[in-house]
Amino acid sequence: MADPISRADVEHVAKLSRLALTEDEVEHLTRELAGILGHAADIEALDLDDVPATAHPLPLVNVLREDEVRPSLDRAEVLAQAPLAEDDRFRVPRILGEAP
Amino acid sequence: MSEAEYEAVMGLEVHVELATATKLFCGCVNEFGSEPNTNICPVCLGLPGSLPVLNEKVVEFALRIGEAFHFDVPERSIFHRKNYFYPDMPKDFQTSQYDSPICADGYLEVDGVRIGIERAHMEEDTGKTTHVGGGGRIHDADHSNVDYNRAGVPLMEIVSRPEMHTAEQAKGYVSELRGILEAIGVSDVKMEEGSMRVDANVSIRPVGSDTLGTRAEIKNMNSLRSLGRAIEYEISRQVELVESGGRVVQETRHWDESAGITHGMRSKEGSEDYRYFPEPDLVPVAPTDAMRATARAAIGELPAARRERMVAQWGISETDARTLVESPGLAEFADATVAAGAPGKDVTNWLSGEVLAYLNETGLSLAVLPLTPGKLAELCTLVSDGTLSRNLAKDVLGECLREPKDPKAVVAERGLAQVNDEGELGALVDAVLAGNAETIEEYRNGDDKLRKKKRGFLMGEVMKASKGSGNPQVLNRLLDERLN
Amino acid sequence: MSGAPETALDIAASVRSGERSARSVVDDHLATIAARDGEIHACNAVLDDQARAAADAIDAAVARGEDPGPLAGVPVALKDNLCTRGIPTTCSSRILEGWLPPYTATVVQRVTDAGGIPIAKTNLDEFAMGSSTENSAFGVTRNPRDLTRVSGGSSGGSAAAVAAGYAPLALGSDTGGSIRQPAALCGVVGVKPTYGLVSRYGLIAFASSLDQIGPFANTVDDAALMLETIWGHDPMDSTSITGAPAPLAGGADVAGLRIGIVEELTDVEGIAPEVRAAVGRAASALEAAGATVDRVSVPSCTYGLSAYYLIAPAEASSNLARYDGVRYGLRVDGEDVADMNARTRAAGFGPEVKRRIMLGTYALSAGYYDAYYGKAQKVRTLIIRDFAAAYERFDVLLSPTAPTEAFPIGEKTADPLAMYLSDVCTIPTNLAGHAAMTVPFGVGGEGLPVGVQVLAPALGEPVMFRAARALEAAAPR
Repeated sequence: MADPISRADVEHVAKLSRLALTEDEVEHLTRELAGILGHAADIEALDLDDVPATAHPLPLVNVLREDEVRPSLDRAEVLAQAPLAEDDRFRVPRILGEAP
Repeated sequence: MSEAEYEAVMGLEVHVELATATKLFCGCVNEFGSEPNTNICPVCLGLPGSLPVLNEKVVEFALRIGEAFHFDVPERSIFHRKNYFYPDMPKDFQTSQYDSPICADGYLEVDGVRIGIERAHMEEDTGKTTHVGGGGRIHDADHSNVDYNRAGVPLMEIVSRPEMHTAEQAKGYVSELRGILEAIGVSDVKMEEGSMRVDANVSIRPVGSDTLGTRAEIKNMNSLRSLGRAIEYEISRQVELVESGGRVVQETRHWDESAGITHGMRSKEGSEDYRYFPEPDLVPVAPTDAMRATARAAIGELPAARRERMVAQWGISETDARTLVESPGLAEFADATVAAGAPGKDVTNWLSGEVLAYLNETGLSLAVLPLTPGKLAELCTLVSDGTLSRNLAKDVLGECLREPKDPKAVVAERGLAQVNDEGELGALVDAVLAGNAETIEEYRNGDDKLRKKKRGFLMGEVMKASKGSGNPQVLNRLLDERLN
Repeated sequence: MSGAPETALDIAASVRSGERSARSVVDDHLATIAARDGEIHACNAVLDDQARAAADAIDAAVARGEDPGPLAGVPVALKDNLCTRGIPTTCSSRILEGWLPPYTATVVQRVTDAGGIPIAKTNLDEFAMGSSTENSAFGVTRNPRDLTRVSGGSSGGSAAAVAAGYAPLALGSDTGGSIRQPAALCGVVGVKPTYGLVSRYGLIAFASSLDQIGPFANTVDDAALMLETIWGHDPMDSTSITGAPAPLAGGADVAGLRIGIVEELTDVEGIAPEVRAAVGRAASALEAAGATVDRVSVPSCTYGLSAYYLIAPAEASSNLARYDGVRYGLRVDGEDVADMNARTRAAGFGPEVKRRIMLGTYALSAGYYDAYYGKAQKVRTLIIRDFAAAYERFDVLLSPTAPTEAFPIGEKTADPLAMYLSDVCTIPTNLAGHAAMTVPFGVGGEGLPVGVQVLAPALGEPVMFRAARALEAAAPR
């Protein structure tokens, strides 16, 4: 059986998910997640090596659209919903680090 | 050990923006240079509730790439989500392909050497960030502003195997790749505009070793020239580092064009975990025989085949063939001129000589010139039938590059028609000889060296007298007949 | 007013014929909302002005001799995770509080094109994650039959809206039971269509491979009317079916129908005795009407809950990444963009959403994918196979919808796992991508509604509705 989730795991996952958790939250999430994952033990025990995964309940393939221009959104309507806009763009605080 | 005792190993990752009318998953226009945030919709902005629908043209272009680079095209190909946070990513995941790319195991040839291409896959581009404050660079910026026009633009990522060993080879690979991609019509592949981006993975190992060294990824090379410079720098850097007892660190390094160095970027805390899983909002792509046939038909003649044909049919050199094929539109122009009746060799000389020089000098493109294949063919005929001398043809061509005139008209206007009449030319030669009796004596009595010199002088006088319009071959023959 | 509430079919007929004005219909329903929603709290927003204007437009069309469509003048409540342009769409979350979408969901467009009148945006568990609507950031929705109890979830607001007479029709979404379970708890009809039958364009995603939009109604025929209005291919949704759906037709003839009671969903511990008894009575009623009934085992259903609580959170963790304070919604400032993202999401998401994002991220993370998400996707294949085997011998299947009647508000909030068990009967259908619906079938020991679930294979809606009508006809009053 896989190891129950540890506090360090929870902190790492919080970082991956961009969630700032309080001390309290880290503690009870560690417990709760361990409990939920513990229940997944019944699946872990199954031998499913020969079973293919189902990513889609539908047997569809090749759903494509034509390369034709459709109207775009009105910029003003979109930027009106932005928390902060500048120069017709979405403004964010400084970015540390290049894109991966 | 010195640099010569190490072998450099390189793999290149090339991102190509596909020249479709619309984006990968929505009908927003795929256009460079629009006003910020005017080409966006719920889908490419990743608004809550939006869903992607795949552009059929992207699949066709991907299949063209599959053909052109001898890829396997598996029966089924799916999209995956690559999950990470970054402000230029509207969904904070990129819809890309992971372990089932649309193209696998291809290759291209550079100077007769086959370079393997591991894969080519479809993915969406990100938005564009402008950094404000701190000189426009990310590190000292106060804040950043994001434009999502580019978000969702279709890309093909083409990943070579680590089978290149020199900067020249890498440049050759990129050049050949670029030429083919342009020839098959999938992208305008302009490195300077960002529609083709090249990242290089560089490592070194002692000559003879077959394990790969730790590699560094080099980014921010915006031209073929900087690619070459960056790779050469990086190889030296790594050798020096290892020679002085250090180890190459696996990292991303940024090429600084003005300083001529690569430098390590601010390291991230821990490596990214992209948590790839199959994209549930899209269904698999299963290329049919019909789809592959359409792609195959759309490709036409590839650069290598075209070069071979020109060398074989026209008797031109590999170098000249390469020049024609590499310059946008030139090969098509050459074919059209030959179809209009001109000999391939002559056409090649004019195009790769005067015409190309003119294009380079003025920065104009072939398409905007008043010269047409028909006119060039006419020029070639005027020379081959003796109406126009080669020298004067150069002038005439020059005028036809600048003005919308026919070569025949220019010849008539300027009275450049070559004189071929033996009688007329004979009289001219006689007249010159009559005024140069002394020189004729010296010629007849001199040794080989003097004879050559004196003959040359006389020929010059003859040409002057004919004002350049005498057919040189005929004049030469007539002069020799009289002298000997 | 007494007796059964007006049906959508009746309203539409009388509006189309000019017998009744759409405006009077809307005014009546708005009055009901005003009278009751202070207590029930099913609505995040009431669309008075828009509804009245839409009603007036329909009346004008009728006056001109035009036919406004099969839903003419029928008020419709919309779960607040369906995008409505210019109208706040919040998913009952602080992170989207006040967000105005610049576009409208396909299903909503089809409703209004058919003459339907959106009358309210209804409450839900935040981002559709929950089984009681207690996870809403804006307060719980109380069960109209007993205000101390939950309406179920996540579409508690839509279920309560129909049960309380706010509208004869409502739309909700169902990922693991979020239409069927609240419908059962509130005593109304609820349908989860075959995956792909109804467009998801404009439905704010929870778990993409499981989500489906479906109708709430007081009668099976009204539910059919709504389903026929919203279903069918949508070029904006790559996962929507391509062929035309088979018409639902009419009738409740179940003579010769082979009906199987799913053991793994009916005989499990946790199903209240009265609920199990209701299923037994339903089966008898169908037998009396000419069907054959037997028990059937669909073994892999046992693993449904475990598989669901790996797949759904995994997809959700990715779907909810976009709520980062950059382009819309809540922003809490930070020192740099990553800090801003983390603070925004911490402040904007409630505890259940955070729990599922964390669980989902973990299930997908390096080293754990194969053991968790990867394996759960294989369990789906087993469930599909087991159902396929069952459907060789049976035309439709039967089971409880919810394990119990509506439970008291606050009873299960301390233990997430206890709450998750509410979905044990409904989850397998989502994993298989099949169709299922709940029909009210009397009350249980506490006098509260009990629903019986009818299950059908993919695109089996016609036979499913036929069995449902028969159940409806036989249901205890």
